[in-house]
Amino acid sequence: MRTPKTIIEKIWEKHIVHEEAEKPDLLYIDLHLVHEVTSPQAFEGLRMNKRTVRRPDLTFATMDHNVPTIHRNVIKDEVSKTQMETLKKNCEEFGVPLADIHHPDQGIVHVIGPELGLTQPGKTIVCGDSHTSTHGAFGALAFGIGTSEVEHVLATQTIWQQKPKTLNVKVNGKLGTGVTAKDLILAIIGKFGVKFGTGYVIEYTGEAIRDLTMEGRMTVCNMSIEAGARAGLISPDDTTIEFLRGKRHVPDGEAFDQLAEEWKSLATDEGAVYDEQVEIDAEEIEPQVTWGTNPGMCIPVSANVPVPEDAANENDQEEIKRALEYMGLQGGEAITSVPIEHVFIGSCTNSRLADLKLASEIVKGHKVHPNVRAIVVPGSHSVKTQAEELGIDVIFKEAGFEWRDAGCSMCLAMNDDIVPEGERCASTSNRNFEGRQGTGARTHLVSPEMAAAAAIKGHFTDVRQFGAVTSS
Amino acid sequence: MEPIRKHEGLVYPLNRANVDTDQIIPKQFLKRISRQGFGQFVFYNWRFDSKGELREDFSLNQPKYEDTTILVAGENFGCGSSREHAPWALQDYGFRVIIAPSYADIFYNNCTKNGILPVKLTEAEVQTLIKNAEADKYYLTVDLEEKKVYDNQGFEASFDLDAYKREMLLNGWDDISVTLNYADQIAEFEKARA
Ligand code: SF4
Repeated sequence: MRTPKTIIEKIWEKHIVHEEAEKPDLLYIDLHLVHEVTSPQAFEGLRMNKRTVRRPDLTFATMDHNVPTIHRNVIKDEVSKTQMETLKKNCEEFGVPLADIHHPDQGIVHVIGPELGLTQPGKTIVCGDSHTSTHGAFGALAFGIGTSEVEHVLATQTIWQQKPKTLNVKVNGKLGTGVTAKDLILAIIGKFGVKFGTGYVIEYTGEAIRDLTMEGRMTVCNMSIEAGARAGLISPDDTTIEFLRGKRHVPDGEAFDQLAEEWKSLATDEGAVYDEQVEIDAEEIEPQVTWGTNPGMCIPVSANVPVPEDAANENDQEEIKRALEYMGLQGGEAITSVPIEHVFIGSCTNSRLADLKLASEIVKGHKVHPNVRAIVVPGSHSVKTQAEELGIDVIFKEAGFEWRDAGCSMCLAMNDDIVPEGERCASTSNRNFEGRQGTGARTHLVSPEMAAAAAIKGHFTDVRQFGAVTSS
Repeated sequence: MEPIRKHEGLVYPLNRANVDTDQIIPKQFLKRISRQGFGQFVFYNWRFDSKGELREDFSLNQPKYEDTTILVAGENFGCGSSREHAPWALQDYGFRVIIAPSYADIFYNNCTKNGILPVKLTEAEVQTLIKNAEADKYYLTVDLEEKKVYDNQGFEASFDLDAYKREMLLNGWDDISVTLNYADQIAEFEKARA
């Protein structure tokens, strides 16, 4: 009998162009996504060396990182403008398809790939962005690369990669009501740390993962990199197939059914062995809030901010102390007592239609707290239009949220959407690093529902009690 | 890319774990479209205050580390964003070697593609180097051919680096030219799948 294999091994083996002992493998890349920030130097390199893009047809570019999310027709920031114009010029010169700022397909690169059906099970996908792991939700091997590698893939459609080790993160049982995919991935990183995935590709398995929608799976895989893993994926199943049916870049009719069979056969075989395995029980997970300066520094909403003295060793104590100081928090205070000034619902982690819909259900009939400025930034132009068709924008606007155009926005604050120094933001993004949302800005990562509830209360609150308390 | 075989230099100790690429180069500097000139922005939010004045209390600003070329830091160095501007900034500032107990994968790869040698030593060895460099001007020699790090006071440690990366760094080769030797194989692969 054939040895059982993981999906990771199956995809890997299908993409080896060249292998040699003691060297990385040369791997073929099926889809290369490009954006304005990490590509200019790569195209410049090609030009300098008189090289071309080998497969423009397997390359797709968009503008997301520093596009403005209001008043799109005037880009005030000269440097951002140059970067966008440079991408446009490069795409024209090298024949790469581009969804520029005014294009109906524009959006965050990790939102539009799946939306257009470019992302498919079994593909190898790269992008000069660490959250490329998002596409793993479809059972693709997807990882972030640096600009030199972007140039390399443009020129050769391949990449040198050391075969990764495999790590099974098994989530047993079911998530409770009000507990989302975001809480799940934060809890995983909180439990196992920000580097437990380093050197591995994670496969998420178990009942709670199977139960997730594709949007939820994308949220989980998106944050694999925050656990140190370059890629995280989920074996394809019927949920995956139904999501992809009818998407623009997948075939239809019989051809689709045939493809769907192939996709299913990629799933990890019964009895396949991983290099490492960890488990977590979904039932024990509560809505999460990060209190510190990396995504592993998170606690259940019912808990108190940690006290440095309780940490196991001196290094940890120092780290907690430094994080508390940056965040302006006292060890031991209840996280629900912390007031916020900003709410950001958006980013490649949580800006899909399903995210916005769930958040709007919390918001409906309420008003944003007077001390809070809240913005919703849809992940793509298409998410925005669909939400508007459903009246989701009206719910947010009536509550006092700003409703913006698609882009990365306040996730990394490269455009004008910045959290001022010392102010606090409940954010549905993926990184709470120092200065991420603006110099001196304080970021707390939460789910869209938790962010919506915090916007209304003006402080963190347990979304599971929110409905009960406010509707009475 | 400049080859790196044996490098002797002044050590700068950064005793922090999980230093992310947002710290190495904050995003407001990512908008340039060339590879050069990022060194002035390295660790910007630590080196400068909100008015853009040099923070004297941040150690890298001290005169004793002025000519540093070797950065020694805590575990999981370079985590977070994949921005290659991080190694560009470090390299442009003058660093040729980084020593840490562990690195984030993407950052580690990005280093070797830009002529920076990322050395992995044990936590204990790293702590020794940090202590030495905090105490005084401290010089180390990093020998990539021998895969060894040593000073002239008896410290010696060896490290590992995969054969491919080592060869690339030793010769200063760029990946693409190497890969283009396999162009036929790539074409065959494409044909087989079409
Ligand atoms: S939304 Fe944030 S994390 Fe996602 S691609 Fe944009 S900047 Fe990166």
